Amino acid sequence: MTQSETRLEGILLDEGLTVTFSELTQLCGSNTRMVSLMVTEGLLRPQGALPEEWRFDGLEVRRARRAVRLRRDLKLNIAGTALAIDLLDEIEHLRERLRVLEHQLGQRQARPIR
Amino acid sequence: MEYKDYYKTLGVARDATQAEIKRAYRKLARQYHPDVSQETDAEVKFKEINEANAVLHDPEKRAAYDALGSNWHAGQNFRPAPGETHQNVHFSAEEMAEFSEFFSSLFGREFRADEQGRQRRRGQDQTVRLPIDLEEAYRGGTRQIRLDVPELGADGRPRMRTKTLNVRIPAGVTHGRQIRLSGQGTPGVNGGPEGDLYLEIEINPHRLYSVEGKDIQLKLPIAPWEAALGASVSVPTLGGTVNLKVPAGSHSGQRLRLKGRGLPGEPPGDAIVVLEIVTPLATTDDAKAAYREMAERLHFNPRAEMGV
Repeated sequence: MTQSETRLEGILLDEGLTVTFSELTQLCGSNTRMVSLMVTEGLLRPQGALPEEWRFDGLEVRRARRAVRLRRDLKLNIAGTALAIDLLDEIEHLRERLRVLEHQLGQRQARPIR
Repeated sequence: MEYKDYYKTLGVARDATQAEIKRAYRKLARQYHPDVSQETDAEVKFKEINEANAVLHDPEKRAAYDALGSNWHAGQNFRPAPGETHQNVHFSAEEMAEFSEFFSSLFGREFRADEQGRQRRRGQDQTVRLPIDLEEAYRGGTRQIRLDVPELGADGRPRMRTKTLNVRIPAGVTHGRQIRLSGQGTPGVNGGPEGDLYLEIEINPHRLYSVEGKDIQLKLPIAPWEAALGASVSVPTLGGTVNLKVPAGSHSGQRLRLKGRGLPGEPPGDAIVVLEIVTPLATTDDAKAAYREMAERLHFNPRAEMGV
C-alpha cells in the first residue's frame, strides 16, 4: 500500500452550477441521444429551448448521473428510469421531513424547577 | 487471496438453474444498488453481487468456476493451481479493473493476453458518502478523507491503495449535495484518464437542530408565563446566541422565523424556532401553592372543546 496526499478544491453540484448539454453528457459518461431522451421524458428540465442553449444546474447533474446508472445497472427503460428517479427524490424529501418532525416530537414533559 | 463463494453471494444453491440465478441477481441488484440502498456498504455489496453474476450467469464461466470444486468456502485462502486460469472466457477491461483479485486470478490470463496494451479506458467515477457535523456545514472548512482505491498493478492485477485527500467543504453545504473532485476516481486503464470522485454530503443528526435544506429548526422550551405574557428570550443558533421576542399569547408548536440565521448561502436559510411550553414540576410547597392558586383563579377547562 502506498499513500499520497493532496489538497483539493471540488466543485459543488448545487443550484449555482450550470453545465451545457455536452458537459452533462460527459459528466454522466453517456451519449447525447440518452441525455436528449431524458429531457424529452421530462426527467431533466434544462433552461433554454434548443439543445445548444440547454443549461443544467448541479441538481440536474446528480439526477442525470443517477438515471444513467440505474438504467444501465437495472436494465430499466426510460419511463421506468424517470419513475424511479422521481420516487427516489420524493423519498429523500420525505425522509428529510420525517427527520425534522421526529426531532420536533422528541420529549414533551414537565421539567424539574431549576 | 480469498476464495469467493459466488453462490453464497447470490443466495442460491450450487445446482440453481440459470433462471434462478438471474432472478436472485435481479432482486439483489435492485436492493443493493448504491443509488437506491440506504445501507452504508451498498457500493461494496453491489460490486460483489455483480462479480458473482458476471461469473454465474454465463454457463461457460460458471463451469470454469465450478471446476475449482465445492470444498472451498468464502474467505478461505485460495491459490490457483498452475493451468487453472481459464483460457477461453472473455471479460471486459472494465470488469477486470472492478472485480476482485480472486476473480482476475481465475479469469485473468486470457484478458491480459488479449487486450492489454490496446484499449485505453477512462477510470470509473466513484461516489462516496461524507458525513459531516452541522457546525462544519455552517462554517465550512477542510476535511481529510481516506479512500481505498483499486488500481491495476504493473502485472495487470488489481490491488488496493490508500489515498488521503484534503477536501474543502464549502460553507452552507446541505444534506445530499455532491462535491465533484475531477480526476480523483478510479485510475484509467492503459493510460486512459482517471474517473471523477463524488462526495455526497450527509449531515449528522444534531442534539439541538434539525435541518431542512438550508433552514435549521430548533425546538425552544418556554415557560407558561413567557408564552402567556410575552418575553424576550435567548435562542442558540449556529452563528451564536440571539434574542427572540416571544409574543404574548403564544402557544406550543408556534413557529417563529429568524431570517437568515440558517445555513449560509444566496439566499441564506432561516432558523425556525418552534415554541414548546414546558411546565415546571410541582415538587416544592411554593410551586404547589402557585398551581393551586392558578386553578382557583383562572377557571380554565382545557377540555372545553371536547364538550366534557
